[in-house]
This record gives sequence, C-alpha cells and structure tokens, in this order.
Amino acid sequence: MEHKNWNGFKQGKWQDEINVRDFIQANYKEYCGDDAFLAGPTERTNELMKKIQNLFALERQFGGVLDIDTATVSSLTSYSPGYIDKDNELIVGMQTNRPLKRGVNPFGGMRMVRQACDAYGYKLSTKVEEEFRFRTTHNDGVFRAYTDEMRQARKCHVITGLPDAYGRGRIIGDYRRVALYGIDRLIEEKKKDKKALTGGCFDTDHIRLDEELYQQITFLGYMKEMAAMYGFDISQPAANTREAIQWTYFAYLAAIKEQNGAAMSLGRVSTFFDIYIERDLANGTLTEEGAQELIDDFVMKLRIARHLRTPEYNELFGGDPMWITEAVGGMGEDGRTLVTKSSFRILNTLYTLGSSPEPNLTVLWSEALPEGFKKFCAKVSVDTDSIQYENDDVMRPVYGDDYAIACCVSAMKVGKQMQFFGARCNLAKLLLIAINGGYDTTSGMHIGPQMPVLDGDKLDFDAVMERFDIYLKWLAALYVNTMNIIHYMHDKYAYEKSQMALHDTSVERFMAFGIAGLSVVADSFSAIKFADVKPVKDDNGFICEFDTTGDFPKFGNDDDRVDLIAKELAHKMICELRKTPTYRNAIHTLSVLTITSNVMYGKNTGATPDGRKASAAFAPGANPMHNREENGALASLNSVAKISYDDCRDGISNTFSITPAALGRTDAERADNLVAILDGYFKKKAHHINVNVLNRETLMEAYENPEAYPNLTIRVSGYAVNFHKLSREQQREVISRTFHEAV
Amino acid sequence: MTNCGIKGLVNSIQSMGTLDGPGVRFVVFMQGCNLRCGCCHNPETWELSGKAEYTAKELAEKAEKFRTYFGKDGGVTLSGGEPLLQAEFAAEFFCECKRRGINTCLDTSGSILNETVLSLLEYTDRVLLDIKYTNDEQYRKFVGCEMAKPLEFLKALDEQSIPVTLRQVIIPTLNDNPQNIALLKEIINNHRCIDKTELLPFKKLCTVKYEKLGIDFGFKDIPEPTPQKMAELERMLSKDM
Repeated sequence: MEHKNWNGFKQGKWQDEINVRDFIQANYKEYCGDDAFLAGPTERTNELMKKIQNLFALERQFGGVLDIDTATVSSLTSYSPGYIDKDNELIVGMQTNRPLKRGVNPFGGMRMVRQACDAYGYKLSTKVEEEFRFRTTHNDGVFRAYTDEMRQARKCHVITGLPDAYGRGRIIGDYRRVALYGIDRLIEEKKKDKKALTGGCFDTDHIRLDEELYQQITFLGYMKEMAAMYGFDISQPAANTREAIQWTYFAYLAAIKEQNGAAMSLGRVSTFFDIYIERDLANGTLTEEGAQELIDDFVMKLRIARHLRTPEYNELFGGDPMWITEAVGGMGEDGRTLVTKSSFRILNTLYTLGSSPEPNLTVLWSEALPEGFKKFCAKVSVDTDSIQYENDDVMRPVYGDDYAIACCVSAMKVGKQMQFFGARCNLAKLLLIAINGGYDTTSGMHIGPQMPVLDGDKLDFDAVMERFDIYLKWLAALYVNTMNIIHYMHDKYAYEKSQMALHDTSVERFMAFGIAGLSVVADSFSAIKFADVKPVKDDNGFICEFDTTGDFPKFGNDDDRVDLIAKELAHKMICELRKTPTYRNAIHTLSVLTITSNVMYGKNTGATPDGRKASAAFAPGANPMHNREENGALASLNSVAKISYDDCRDGISNTFSITPAALGRTDAERADNLVAILDGYFKKKAHHINVNVLNRETLMEAYENPEAYPNLTIRVSGYAVNFHKLSREQQREVISRTFHEAV
Repeated sequence: MTNCGIKGLVNSIQSMGTLDGPGVRFVVFMQGCNLRCGCCHNPETWELSGKAEYTAKELAEKAEKFRTYFGKDGGVTLSGGEPLLQAEFAAEFFCECKRRGINTCLDTSGSILNETVLSLLEYTDRVLLDIKYTNDEQYRKFVGCEMAKPLEFLKALDEQSIPVTLRQVIIPTLNDNPQNIALLKEIINNHRCIDKTELLPFKKLCTVKYEKLGIDFGFKDIPEPTPQKMAELERMLSKDM
C-alpha cells in the first residue's frame, strides 16, 4: 500500500499491516554523538511556558485543583475545544474546555467522583447524577460480586489500592498508529478483524471480543470527530513532524478524556517522531530550533494533563500524578541503538521548560548505549532529579525492542500487550496476621484461616516461616480472585475503547500483582533467625509487639543471609499467585513497587519483629528500610539487585538518594560516576532505579517553606513529584530516607 | 608474598567512594594511625585494635562484588587510619586485587617507608599523598613527624614512577596562605610523579565523633574555609602550572 504522506520513507511490511515497529526499524537514524546540537527554547516557548507557570501557581492557590466541570461527563467530544493561547500553540488539544479544569468521569464509579467534588468544595451536578442513575459503573459491578472475605481483606488493608472505584489504567495505546496510518486505515483494519470473527463459535470470549471491536471502531470515529473540533482531519497519515506529533497527541488525548486510570502512560514516541523530524530537516522545512519547539509544545500539553482524585487516592498515590511515562533510548534487537537526536530532545525539555515530574521520562538503559547519551542522561539526573532508569538488557530479551513502560516499572510491547493492574498486598501485615493465627491487631478483625496464636517465649524461624507460608497461600488465592472480579467488571462497564482500538485485536494480557513491605518482612525473618525476638502479648493474648535483642543482618548491606530471604519471598509469592487461574488467561506478574503508599501501608501495620514501630512507614518499593544501610550506597544497590526480574516481571522499584558531594567533586565527575553506578547496577541484572541527587537540607527547607520551592521535583517510587504536592506525612517520609553521603 | 594468612584490621568499608581516587571506588578504612593530626577527620581509626578482621583474600572477594561499578577508572582504595601501619596486609590485599585486574589506590600520609612499604608500592596504581603542611615546624607541631618523611616517600614514588595525587587539607590560619601554595607548587615541580593536586576544605562534621569518643578535637575552634577562599587558593595553585 502507498500513501503520498509516506514519501521519502523506506518501504516495508509496515505499509501492508499495522506494524509501527517495522516502520521505525526501517527508517530511524541512530545518533551516537553528544548533546552539543541541542537548541534552547524559543521566545514563543518561553511565553507559553510562562502562562502555564501562572496557571500552576493559581492551581496551587486553589488548593491543588483549579476548577471542576461538574456538569459534563468526560469523553472525547463532550467539551468544546480549549486552548492556553490559541494563536501561539503549535500542538493543540485539552482534556476539557480550559487548561487545568478537571472533568468528571463516573464510569469507574460514582462514589469517587462525588467525594472528589466535595473535597474541593464542588458538588456533582444533578445532571450527571441523573445520567448515571440507571447506569451500572465499574465500581457497582465489583461490589455486587465481592465476597465477604474480599471486603474484609480490603478493609483491614492487607490488600489495598485496588482499582475498584475508578479506571484501572496501566494500558498504553499505540498512539503512534494514528500518526502513521490515519484513522481511516485503522478503522478499515479493525473492520477486517471483526469480519473474521463471523465464522467462529460464539462463546463468551468470542461475543465479548466482537462487541469490543464494535466499540473500538466507534471510538476511532470519535477520535476523528474530536480532532475535527480542533480543525484537523486525522483520517489520513500525518504529512510532517507537526502533524505526526499532533495526531499522536490527539490519540493520547482521546485516551485521557475517556479513561481516568491511575497510570495513563504515553509509550515510546520520541524515536518515532525523530523519523519525521529527520525527513523535514532533510527537505528544509524544519530547523533544529523548530524541532525542539514542537517537542516542547507537546510536552507542555502533557504537563497540564490532570485527573480528578479524592484525598484518599492521594494518600496512596501522592502528588497528583498521571504517569505519562515515555520510554527513551534502549537498544534494538539488531544491535543498533534506538537512541536518536529526539531522545536527547525530549530529555532537553527538562532544561527548555524546567524540571518537572511529568511526563515520567524513563531511560531504557543498556550497557551498549552510546557514551554521549549516557553522559547526557547522568547530567540531566544530577541537574533535575526528574528521570528514572530501567534495564533494557533484562527487558529486551522478554519484550523485544518496541516495548514501553506503563506507570513506573511495568513493561509491555506497545500495542500488543496490556495489563490488568492490581495494586499490592501488604506482606508485613500478612506476617503479623500469620503469627496471630488469623487476627489483625490493627483493625481487630479475624481474617484468613483461624489457628492458635504462635506460642513460645521466643519466635522460632522455622515455625514462623511455616505459618507464613500457610497464610501466603491463602492470600495469593484471594488476591487473584479479587482481581478477576475487578477486571471482569472493568471490561464489562468501563472498557478502554480508545486505547484498545490502538492495540492489535489479538492482545496478550498480564495480571499485575504487587507486594509492599518486602524489606520489613525480610529483616523481620532475619531478626527471628539471627537475633532474639520475644513476642509481647496484649490483654487478649494476641501478639502486639516484639522485644528484639541482638544484632541481625539487614537488607541493604549486600549480605546474602538476609538478601536471599527477600529474594525467596518474592519467588514464593509469584509461585503461589500462579496457582489460581486468571480472568482472560492473563499471565501472572509481580511487582515490588509501592508508589507513595508505603506510608499508608505502614500506618496500618503493627510493630514488626525487625524493630519497626507500629504505624511507622515502610521503605518504598524494594528499598532497604531507611538508614539500615551500613556499607554505603553500592552495597544497598547490590542487595536490591538480587531480587530476580524473572520472579518480578512487573518491575522492582528502587529509589536512590545521594548528595551531590557524595557523587563527586565536579559536575563532570558526578556525571561520570553516575554513569559508572548505573552501568554497574544494571550489569547485576537489577531492574529499576530512581535517582535523586540532592541534599536533605534542601528538602527540609522545602518542607518549611513550600511556596519557595514550587518546582522542586524529586523521584519517589517509580515516578516523580513536585515535592510541595506530597502530604506532610509523605514529605516527612521522603526526608527520613537514607541519603547516601560523603564520609 | 610470604605471609598469606595475615589479617588486616579494618575500621569500616564504604562501598561507594567517589572522593578518594579516580572513578567509583570501594574504600577500605584501615584501623590504626601513627600520627595524631589536629585536623583528623577519622579519630575512630587511631587505635590499632578492635573492629573487623579480614584476610586479604576475604577483603578482595568483598571488593569483587562491586567490580561492575568500577568502570574504566574506579577500583579499590586503602585509606584509614594509616594503611602503611599494616603494610604487609596492604601489600597482600593489593596483590590479590591486581591478580583480579582491579585498580588499586593508596591514601596515605607517606610517613612510613621500609622494605614492606616498598613491596606494597609494587602493587599500587596510584597514591593519594596527603601533604599536611609545607614546613617542618608545622609538621612537627600539628602532625607529630618531620616533613622529611613524606618528602622521602615522594622520592620513592618518583623512583617507582607511581602516579600521585597530592592532597592538602586547607586549614584557616594554618595553611590558607600564599606562602603555603607557593611551597606546594615547589614540591609539585620537584616531583614528576605528581600529576594531580587536590585542595580539600577542612571540615568539622567530625566534631560529633570526637565527642562520642571523649577525645578533645584539637582544631575545634578553627573555622571551615569559605568556598571563596578555596577557589582563590585553587586559582593560585593552578596559575603557571
């Protein structure tokens, strides 16, 4: 197949089938140089950014939410077009009719929408209430099917953060398809797929897919309508860079108008854009400055994307994040790097527009990345604390070379795989429930198999482990079944029509489970094994505290005696999860990631045998517990690197904070040393690292004077936030973390 | 090497050192020091007793776990305390590192020179020589040895062609003056082994350590140098070099 807008591109099978990867491989130009070519912001960019900064300031003054449209249900075409400054925007499109105004999206659940409106001094309109009076939401569906035990597990916080009251998110549409093929071609292909279904046996799966295809086709049509409202015809392939970015953005915009999932990630667009940029640079219709300007404008749009959330949600996922994750760099299967000049350009937005948590820029690191790119990334990290790194060398063999990251650390092939998001369970609480024979001291609830409280004056490692295994088995089965209900209902009542229209019709699904409190449990088992742990009972005979004496190895010191306990816990968890079949035959995966919920999980968990006090925060993700590292930063990294990616295919998050002084004396030294650290860590097959290069004092100042630090960005757990947007409690937890310092 | 079983007394290990030698380094702080410098940052390493004991092989195996981070410049650094007090062990350890292809760096005051130290230097890729002052009087008064010692050491390094980073802690009122910088330049010019110089600001973070140990911190009343002062001295030093 041919199209005039494809002139100048190398031909390939991408023309005859929907295959963006093939297009990229045939046409991209790798770049192995340094950052010297980059252009700064234009006057227009600066002016527009100033307007956005003013809007951000206003949003802060209004308590975090500038405005809510309580009368319109968010969808692709329900708002009139919105602009920041119509005549000066190169890329257009707003979620609602005004920047930072949030829409309401009740498809996931009404309760959350009402609460969110209330929390910010609004009231959901009777119009929307009426529209949804006879409509079942995802949330309604889930609670019709939840068992008593599932409700209990949720209530006592042993499983929390489940996407049962709003959109599930963590699905990445292949937004590039709209730019490369235009909507008409995509509709045509989906119609072919639907037609191909007519011959089969019409069982549940078949009928569901048939209806889903109908919805996908409809929503592709809505995408066209939405773009037309802004004066663009996206039925045909994009003809130049500006159109390629605009078409891609429209597709993403459709997704965030339709869905309010926690993580609405972007995918892997920069190298795709680079092909258009190179074509325009070659034919003289674009300059370097112009290319940067287009990327800047696109990124500005991503920075003002918002969803309406409740305060309870913010407790789990602090900082008002969208997880507009863009995967940058990485290597190709043929050995060429996928780094292009646009990989630099998108990171450069942290300079042209200033540092920022969104989009969630994620560098796919490989030992083989060009040195110039490695150094630039390290420099950007040192300067902005705004990027995270994930190991392309462990992911590429599993997902190929056109995967992206959903949310923080969840890899998936773009347009070919999706996931059912499943938050996480609280392993530390599970340990306490197990020791108490099915009683949760924090909530006072009996839950799980009922047995006597573990007896004896001193906890015995084998006895506790045996108990723990029983409860792990119970929790794993309950967890899978709970997830099955959630995702059955989400497909039924809040199916992602726009995003799934930008996937292959035959899609591979993951079901992503998670654990919180891994380092607490590992250290607790270590204490039981190597020190003396005496249980202390309350008046009712339940163990409520521990008297721990003697030293014991602690996770984070590169000590196999405890590190292997952590590794084994993750392994056991995924093995237990796999025993219960999943909805739509999704593949079970596991993450060690907490977002900011480590604070809330800790708050709801009693004292643990490792000496952690009741209610004290857990360490985030797979991090060692705060300030238990005694042998410096690399020993801590080595401990985390031992957790196997094969067990945790949904990602292992590590957040690393180091003072500038500890990283080296000069800027050049700091960048070089950071490159060495990243190379070293990832050679150990570690999966992910967030890098913060800052002083604790800076955070303490920002804690005292938030208004003086409106743009202070830090990486927390798989994403970045504006420090001032965290709750006070979350801020204190971030300050209390280990900062690796110079001795 | 002769005595394979000899154990080293180690105060602590920093798995990520970026300030003691090139690149990312595994830094071992040895226990015991023959000097008592007024500005000492690590009083807990003075006594030649207690703390962890390692054989050279054990320590090298530990370092090996961090090899992936060393890149092309990094490696191990022996610091202290004064690693030359345990020169036999140090030589053993560096020999073990070289056998594994790990870069070695020795952070020392250069105040001990004997046969064992000379054999240690055979396995040393770089020396960080801490030249405390540039005159004998201050050396005797604030360090407790004559200045001839480090100069002799530098001569030996010249002879063995071992690259040296010359370091000096800048202590206000004692050596933050042009005369000191001029004398420092003279030393640098007289020793071809010196290819790098670092001026380090005197820091008082260690005050708490002294308090904890119940030792009087000799320089507790001396202020830290200002960044401006440091920059000025650095400019002076780099001029005409």
